Amino acid sequence: MEYQLTAPFTKEQVKALRAGDRVLVTGTVYTARDAAHKRIAEMLKRGERPPFDLKNSIIYYVGPTPAKPGNPIGSAGPTTSYRMDAYAPDFLDRGQLAMIGKGQRSQEVKEAVTRNGAVYFAAIGGAAALMAKQIKEAEVIAFEDLGAEAVRKLYVENLPLTVVLDPAGGDLYQQGREEYLKSLGK
Amino acid sequence: MRELDVKRIEDKIAELCIEANHYLGTDVKQCIAGKLEEEPWPVAQEILKSIQENIEIAEEGVFPLCQDTGMACVFLEIGQDVHLTGGDLAAAVHAGVRRGYGDGYLRKSIVKDPLRRENTKDNTPAYIHYEIVPGEQVKIIVAPKGFGSENMSQIKMLPPSAGADGAKDFVVKVCREAGANPCPPIVVGVGIGGTFDKAALMAKQALLIPFDQQNEDPYYAEMEQELLERINELGIGPQGFGGRTTALAVHVLAAPTHIAGLPVAVNINCHVSRHKEAVL
Repeated sequence: MEYQLTAPFTKEQVKALRAGDRVLVTGTVYTARDAAHKRIAEMLKRGERPPFDLKNSIIYYVGPTPAKPGNPIGSAGPTTSYRMDAYAPDFLDRGQLAMIGKGQRSQEVKEAVTRNGAVYFAAIGGAAALMAKQIKEAEVIAFEDLGAEAVRKLYVENLPLTVVLDPAGGDLYQQGREEYLKSLGK
Repeated sequence: MRELDVKRIEDKIAELCIEANHYLGTDVKQCIAGKLEEEPWPVAQEILKSIQENIEIAEEGVFPLCQDTGMACVFLEIGQDVHLTGGDLAAAVHAGVRRGYGDGYLRKSIVKDPLRRENTKDNTPAYIHYEIVPGEQVKIIVAPKGFGSENMSQIKMLPPSAGADGAKDFVVKVCREAGANPCPPIVVGVGIGGTFDKAALMAKQALLIPFDQQNEDPYYAEMEQELLERINELGIGPQGFGGRTTALAVHVLAAPTHIAGLPVAVNINCHVSRHKEAVL
């Protein structure tokens, strides 16, 4: 199925999503990769407020190229998500609603997704110019010293994503491949 | 003896860094178009079309193909009758990368120390490989290497008893284990023989071979074909969503090795298979 969703999503909207659904997302999305996740996790441990409210947040795992003058951001496709697996379950337990990245996730992340009614979207890896065109605003809000790995607040319009892990336990990386191989009669 | 100022190498490298990050080779584009025609799975077709759209957007020159503009891998083939003047060659290469990644608004993705991880802020140092060849020319290949795919690469020191089957099984295993992580469809470079490090180098050099070029040795040409088929039978598909197009190309380079050894290295690249070259 195809959906157009505006962030912040409601839990009901996320509950309806199934692996393989195509979703166009509009609204606020935060960026963070491994270094930023580590720092945020340490802040949370120290009882400090993170750079953005995790509750109902959407985090895009991306380190963009520098923006050319006149553009809000450079190329911005997803980085490989498993590097965030150490941090994601805790963030999901604290209310993060959606992850955007690409690649397989650990069993712990999958369980955190279903446990919290959250969702894991894939953006197309290597289609970074395509993704950039849907990012209308970008602002560094934390960890500027990390450069490309800083935390950014993005405003996106119709960011094209595919549901990989849905709240009902679906996994497109398993299902998609199985369905395709089945269609070959194997 | 021909004199060549390293400044010319620096300038050319700066150009090639930017070019490689915006324009893919015609062999890559033609291969993707061909795979799209053969791809029966609808989701996979959509992904391949998006990849083609991305290629067109990048060719406009504003947005690079991928946000991971890579570690700058520079291969230099230096004619032994060339006298390099005007400074230190390595410094010139790093300066070229620094300028290309700066002027080109490319991402600064290098950390100075692998454990302490402070970003060098200018995408240097480059990785440089030197080869001395006959003649008076300098050939420069700039091949930005993204690490999503690099991280899925593996190497194994097989016993000779493992044989060709063992080598092939290992290559397929590496691709299966990589799954969606390296942004399929992938390009697979295989190095067989040599030493631990030579096998890995050959695997990376194999990634530079034009997609439509078959191995000169029919034995390895057949192996390349078989590997491509077996990898595409995995059904991982574009972005791991299922489909026929898991790999675009497989190339094998082999080298003499020790009687006790069979090193096999598999270097994975993604569909943003970037390399540009120039001859000075």
